Amino acid sequence: MSTQINSSIRFGAIAAAALGFGMLLAGCQQNPPEATQQNGYRGVALEQVQSPKLLAKLAEANQAPEVVPPGDRTGPRASQVYQNVKVLGDLSETEFTRIMVAMTGWVAPGGVAGSDEGQGCSYCHNLNNMADESKYQYQTARRMIQMTREINSNWTNHVGATGVSCYTCHRGNPIPAQTWFTGGGHPKNLADGGGWLGANNGQNLAGKHVGRASLPADPFTPLIQFAETIRVTGKTALPTAKGETIAVAERTNALMNHMSESLGVNCTFCHNSRAFAEWKDAPPQRVNAFHGIRMLREINANYLAPLNTTYPATKLGPEGDAAKAYCATCHQGAQKPVNGAPMLGEYPELGAPRN
Amino acid sequence: MAMLSFERKYRVRGGTLIGGDLFDFWVGPFYVGIFGVTAAFFSFLGTVLIFYGASLQGTFNPWTINIAPPDLKYGLGLAPLAEGGLWQIITICAIGAFVSWMLREVEICRKLGMGFHVPVAFGVAIFAYVTLVVIRPVLLGAWGHGFPYGIFSHLDWVSNVGYQYLNFMYNPAHMIAVTFFFTTTLALSLHGALVLSATNPKDGEPVKTPEHENAYFRDFIGYSIGTIGIHRLGLFLALSAGFWSAICIVISGPFWTQGWPRWWSWWLDLPIWS
Repeated sequence: MSTQINSSIRFGAIAAAALGFGMLLAGCQQNPPEATQQNGYRGVALEQVQSPKLLAKLAEANQAPEVVPPGDRTGPRASQVYQNVKVLGDLSETEFTRIMVAMTGWVAPGGVAGSDEGQGCSYCHNLNNMADESKYQYQTARRMIQMTREINSNWTNHVGATGVSCYTCHRGNPIPAQTWFTGGGHPKNLADGGGWLGANNGQNLAGKHVGRASLPADPFTPLIQFAETIRVTGKTALPTAKGETIAVAERTNALMNHMSESLGVNCTFCHNSRAFAEWKDAPPQRVNAFHGIRMLREINANYLAPLNTTYPATKLGPEGDAAKAYCATCHQGAQKPVNGAPMLGEYPELGAPRN
Repeated sequence: MAMLSFERKYRVRGGTLIGGDLFDFWVGPFYVGIFGVTAAFFSFLGTVLIFYGASLQGTFNPWTINIAPPDLKYGLGLAPLAEGGLWQIITICAIGAFVSWMLREVEICRKLGMGFHVPVAFGVAIFAYVTLVVIRPVLLGAWGHGFPYGIFSHLDWVSNVGYQYLNFMYNPAHMIAVTFFFTTTLALSLHGALVLSATNPKDGEPVKTPEHENAYFRDFIGYSIGTIGIHRLGLFLALSAGFWSAICIVISGPFWTQGWPRWWSWWLDLPIWS
């Protein structure tokens, strides 16, 4: 009798262990060897461990599009040739046409599936009168070109000489695949009151934009849009004053999770976790990220958020706000967007306006 | 050193694994054995090398002595002594000393005619250590993935490795390991409280028997695991904690490179609710 009980217990234990292992392995599609990279002094684990399989997939997904052959820079300016050219008027006629052709491929090669918004040139233009600015896409595109030139000329401390083009975000989609709205996609009733469940403060569900952690789903509205302080750690080893609340700290954690996931890197890419706030011990990439955050704040405030009055209501988020940019909008999982293709080098037309 | 009255009974010849009678003797109350000699050798050599490393580093502050593994560029090869080679030799010494000690326990068990529970339990702890400094580094292709030997420095390693996976609390094996650690302490506290209560009754009352202890727990939670059972359970919980700790770190890197929260996508994407 007792041996029977013993053997059935043993069988149960083995079955449970096998099931546990099976479940673990089911989630693991990354097998050794991995690609590793050391970013700090030996032994402190400042390193990136990445799966070559996933890296290859990522490189494949971030291929740069074919470059439209460069145009003649001389000759009359686009503003003199065409009517109602308020941006890009400083380009030559061929340069201007080149950018228009490239933009069509970058942004609206196929238009929006199942909509009558047009595709190709007609996504933005009234084909009977190319200078007609009545389409909201036309107005948006004009603003986006200004934004691109702003980034390429004034945010080189983030985008370097690589620069950005429409393709960096759009990748052939009229609306970039990765953007955010206030609320982070969580049900609003749960955040506000939640009924008998209680308010969840916009967290406690797998957050789509924050690495699927249960952290606050929308750290972007307070930290990017309203530019609240991201740093929450104290300046002294021991607490000398009342610090930030856990809720505020988790908001920062959520933003950091978003950055990690967007770039396909871990926390130690920019931080030595011994002291997150310490610049002296941090890898240099953190400087780049610092400027990236400031860049997002500017382009969201000055270019993207104000478009809520331009867009039709169907394009707005649940709170009536326009789609805004965060790290994933350009990076899309890669450390360097579009595998680091020299967007500005290939399209100098998108740099600072020429006189 | 004087021998306790019952000690003579246990000082029996034989039971050694290798070497026959060589070193089959006691120094004071301590059994030596060939594995006692190898344990002493490795411990001494390892300790001396740690002091040598500290002198190269220029500090003897016990908090900040740091014997770091080699740079990743050395892969699974040997590194110069001052650039991680010391770590490699000290690792060999540590494993040599731990395994020697375990085998010495085996010999003692054989002398006493006991089961091998104690060396097996110690073996699980050694397995966890070997996982950190041998198995995982080999799987990742460089000794530099091992943790540094230093009180502060190994904490930096733990912190950074945790943050390599964004939030280590989402590591499923870490969850299991942590649960086992807490359950171990819970079981031990319940058991300790029970034994102390039973053996320290009110003035004038007799010491309580195991049957009394059983009755208490049957009243309390409807079940008593019993006097032998609690020790089996304790061993299982403690060993499981160490075992799943080893699993949770060996899967981090070799089998999963992204954030651990992302691993739960399989759950979030189950067709029932997604």
